Amino acid sequence: MNLTGRHLIDPNDFTIEELQKVIDLGLDIYNNPSNYSDICRGKILGTLFYEPSTRTRLSFESAMLRMGGSVLGFSDSNTSSVSKGETIADTIRVLDGYADVLVMRHPREGAPKLASEFSSVPVINGGDGGHQHPTQTLTDLVTIQHYRGKISNLKVAFCGDLLFGRTVHSLLKTLSRFPHISFVLISPEQLKIPSHLRDEIISNTNVEIIETQSLEDHINEVDILYMTRIQKERFFNEEEYVKLKDSYVLCKDKLKNAKEDLLILHPLPRVNEINYDVDSDPRAKYFEQAKLGVYARMALMALVLGVI
Amino acid sequence: MLKVTSIERGIVIDHISSGKGLKIFQKLSLDKLNTPVVLLMNVQSKELGKKDIIKIQDFIDLDLRILGLIDPNITINIIEKDQIVEKKKVELPQKVKGLFQCKNPRCITSIDTYVEPEFTLAKNSRRKYKCSYCEELTEYKL
Ligand SMILES: [Zn+2]
Repeated sequence: MNLTGRHLIDPNDFTIEELQKVIDLGLDIYNNPSNYSDICRGKILGTLFYEPSTRTRLSFESAMLRMGGSVLGFSDSNTSSVSKGETIADTIRVLDGYADVLVMRHPREGAPKLASEFSSVPVINGGDGGHQHPTQTLTDLVTIQHYRGKISNLKVAFCGDLLFGRTVHSLLKTLSRFPHISFVLISPEQLKIPSHLRDEIISNTNVEIIETQSLEDHINEVDILYMTRIQKERFFNEEEYVKLKDSYVLCKDKLKNAKEDLLILHPLPRVNEINYDVDSDPRAKYFEQAKLGVYARMALMALVLGVI
Repeated sequence: MLKVTSIERGIVIDHISSGKGLKIFQKLSLDKLNTPVVLLMNVQSKELGKKDIIKIQDFIDLDLRILGLIDPNITINIIEKDQIVEKKKVELPQKVKGLFQCKNPRCITSIDTYVEPEFTLAKNSRRKYKCSYCEELTEYKL
């Protein structure tokens, strides 16, 4: 199992064993950061952010700097040569000479895959439209492993916008490949997961899926509650949005019947779907999740660069 | 009764569902050929009720993938000395490249047009193809 030189465009690009290797390394770096503070000396991360995503970019930059490497790139396609109409193929053919690993965020779905076809250095998908966000998935997996010790025998609830949420799609597909996972999918009727994704998960695995509109009915039985934002712009009817949005606001009161060791996760940023009174609950781990994302990215970059 | 002489040597594209003959004629640019070509429409057929047939007096390179994509019921007969010497069945291809565009407006292939998406026939779907870049499903329409 060798990840040197590999691209990560879709979580399915890595086998479960390969994902596990990244997760284990991520947690080892988290626990022993000084052992890894110099492993990327002389290495350069190129950040190609065709649309702004400050969090993801800073997480990658922090990850590279914590390993002793350097960073260059752009975070706004309007101020780069890209605005002059340069194709991805040409941009990559130039930039892969400047960096040892590239991360790309792009509003167009499939752009990082296209980049990987022209790149001689590893390309990491930092989010492409509504399609995939594999390093968020790695972040989620590292968080689960950190708090539960392993990724198996879990009942995982996803709550909110399951139709357009790329973080949900990536994590659902990936978790369904781990042993003994079942899902509770909580969303308004209009925001259920795409049927082709449900069919794919069911046909590839024997995962049990419950689809429901009620958070209260299932909160007592799940091990992980993955909250997502319901996006106002998806609704035609303002009144309906307000009604639905409020039904999925997680507050301390709703957690009364939840398990003691529940993990509450959220890819962030949140708007109002998790009340501030939940933040002090020991089961709320979304800020730790964001922090662990740096270690997940360190592990990924160290492995694709082959410095470990 | 309409009479069309049989061809001595060439290709007969048979069992085209009625109405698709003209589109296939155009798609394969058969009007550019120098040899005799016949398009028969609404011919009686036991299996299909009505069908279209195309007869080409000569051998040309046919794109079987595109024919399979248009209509997997099509059969191709190779004629030599008035006899069918070979019958080819076309089929819905598992993979296609460059024959149609991804329908997803957010797909990179809609901007960087030098890229040809490769499509894979989606599981549990008879006609829908999954884009290799964005994974959206597109149904091929002639
Ligand atoms: Zn596409």
